[in-house]
Amino acid sequence: MTVILSQSFTGISIGAVLLLIALGLSLTFGQMGVINMAHGEFIMAGAYTVYLLQGPISSAGVSLLLALPVAFLVAGAMGALLEWLLIRRLYARPLDTLLVTWGISLMLQQLARDLFGAPNVHAEAPGWLSGRITLFGGDDPLTLPHARLFILALALSAVVVLTLVLRRTPLGRRIRAVVQHRDLAEASGIATARVDRITFFIGSGLAGLAGVALTLVGPIGPTMGTNVIIDAFLVIVVGGIGQLRGAVVAAFALGVLQAVMEYSTTVSVARVTVLIAIVAFLQWRPQGIHTLRTRSLA
Amino acid sequence: MTDLLTRRRALIGYAAAAVLLFALAPLVLSDFRLGQFSRYLCFAIVAVGISLAWGRGGMLVLGQGLFFGLGGYAMAMHMKLADAGDGGLPDFMLLYGTAEALPWWWEPFRSPVVALAAVLLLPMGLAAVIGWFVFRRRVRGAYFAILSQALAAAFAILLIGQQTTTGGANGLTDFQGFFGYSLLDPANRRTVYFVIAGTLLALMLLTRQLFRSRYGELLVAVRDSEERVRFLGYDPALVKLAAYVLSAGMAGIAGALFVPAVGIISPALIGIVPSIQFVIGAAIGGRASIAGAVIGAVAVAWAQTTLSEEFPSAWTYFQGGLFVLVIAFLPGGIASLWHLAARRRPRTETVMAA
Repeated sequence: MTVILSQSFTGISIGAVLLLIALGLSLTFGQMGVINMAHGEFIMAGAYTVYLLQGPISSAGVSLLLALPVAFLVAGAMGALLEWLLIRRLYARPLDTLLVTWGISLMLQQLARDLFGAPNVHAEAPGWLSGRITLFGGDDPLTLPHARLFILALALSAVVVLTLVLRRTPLGRRIRAVVQHRDLAEASGIATARVDRITFFIGSGLAGLAGVALTLVGPIGPTMGTNVIIDAFLVIVVGGIGQLRGAVVAAFALGVLQAVMEYSTTVSVARVTVLIAIVAFLQWRPQGIHTLRTRSLA
Repeated sequence: MTDLLTRRRALIGYAAAAVLLFALAPLVLSDFRLGQFSRYLCFAIVAVGISLAWGRGGMLVLGQGLFFGLGGYAMAMHMKLADAGDGGLPDFMLLYGTAEALPWWWEPFRSPVVALAAVLLLPMGLAAVIGWFVFRRRVRGAYFAILSQALAAAFAILLIGQQTTTGGANGLTDFQGFFGYSLLDPANRRTVYFVIAGTLLALMLLTRQLFRSRYGELLVAVRDSEERVRFLGYDPALVKLAAYVLSAGMAGIAGALFVPAVGIISPALIGIVPSIQFVIGAAIGGRASIAGAVIGAVAVAWAQTTLSEEFPSAWTYFQGGLFVLVIAFLPGGIASLWHLAARRRPRTETVMAA
């Protein structure tokens, strides 16, 4: 019984990580159609922010909490800069944004290598995150590490805040208007270019938050972005373009599937099985879990 | 008239390439440099396939490492077994001491005929299955690019995970012979180079014929307006499938030739990063032109080995920056410079919308 519970918790916590790394992408890829391969490096920037803040601030707890807004701003600023320099010229050529941002991601990885060295570094976890909650005491307890619960809480609050911003604020209304009909939005007096940049800022900032969370479960290194970027894209592909709800469902579904497969086979076989499941799923719903009904032929 | 002109120009181009590859390169390059050159030519073979699937077909194939790896491993497994002799086990299996008997899926590769067939059939078969599922449901654009990339990543992870039967992250290496000829002999390594150069030229010519055929026109039509082709009564999925399968076959051949030329195949050569690097060469040279893709692939691979030896960090910035500039501001690649210089509309104009 506890085996099932602890495996589902593993699945949910993998899902929470997936959700965090994919959330920003669901804005920039989903809403804007820009395939940002440098998203993984924005995540890396968030992770290195934690590492850097731990230098001057000795208390790991304070530096982690402080890193959340700082990483959001750092990664967001990088995203906005990238949008202004390159991506705004490429909105009509989505596949080319993929290649261009890959070039950027190569350079950012090398920059990280030059600044921080090629080997991975570790950030110290605060004391209040190193414990674990034990349920069903006895021979076969179910333990929930605080760090995992923190990531879950962070992922869920990010989703809630993002949903509120998109649904309830004037900015969110403008973002949705630009997504749904760019020309009409422009004609209604919305500065679409500015909205694009703000959307990119928020999406990239969310990558920074994901980077902070990743320092709790793994090392910080120049290649950490490459390792997570494919997973993030797969979540969006399964979830459906531009659908926050789809991304949430897809992240947790893939997380649980991965955990179940890892339990019964090996990590590598689990990865391959999850991929085959995704291809099979796209047979059934080529546009992902949640799709907008349109008359478009695509 | 113009057709005759382009045909004559192409003929001169191919003749020059043949002279360069078969006479000049072996004459001026040392054995070591010639070995490196064979490696670049293997990447160029992959680039021909990319120019077919991406340049003409509009399908951004980011997972060519998967097919390159299938071809490479098929060849490497045969060479390992041939080195081990009748009933012998490959050295790395003895080293790990886990496998007493050969895994059943290694057994067929003892036969050179099966191995050579597998070099083509494994990548093309897998591409056919993937493509059938993906194109039939009209998965395309970014979705297709990401899926193809994820498959390459999964293949590399799978190979690393099955260390006792695949050699894991070390891959397969230390080959002695190639179909009975010793690879230690420089003369035989030259022969391998000639085989690679010949294969490259043959595949370039075949692909050029394909571009000029009715099928080639159909492929461009699907790229530019898939729905119109559908309404005309063709099945765009089959058109795209054929291009994808052919490009996978070329990557497989390239992988198979890479093994005797370089002497190693490993997961590090086929994951996400090398898969994208295949595309980088083709993109910088010019995705829509076969010669452009080939020259780009060779130039980037050459620059990578020579420049990264001296300045590893500067090379990465340079490569990334070059890639960004070419894709963003010159989508037709270096090949389109010639058209721009001649004040003509680049023929690759339509690619930009794809």
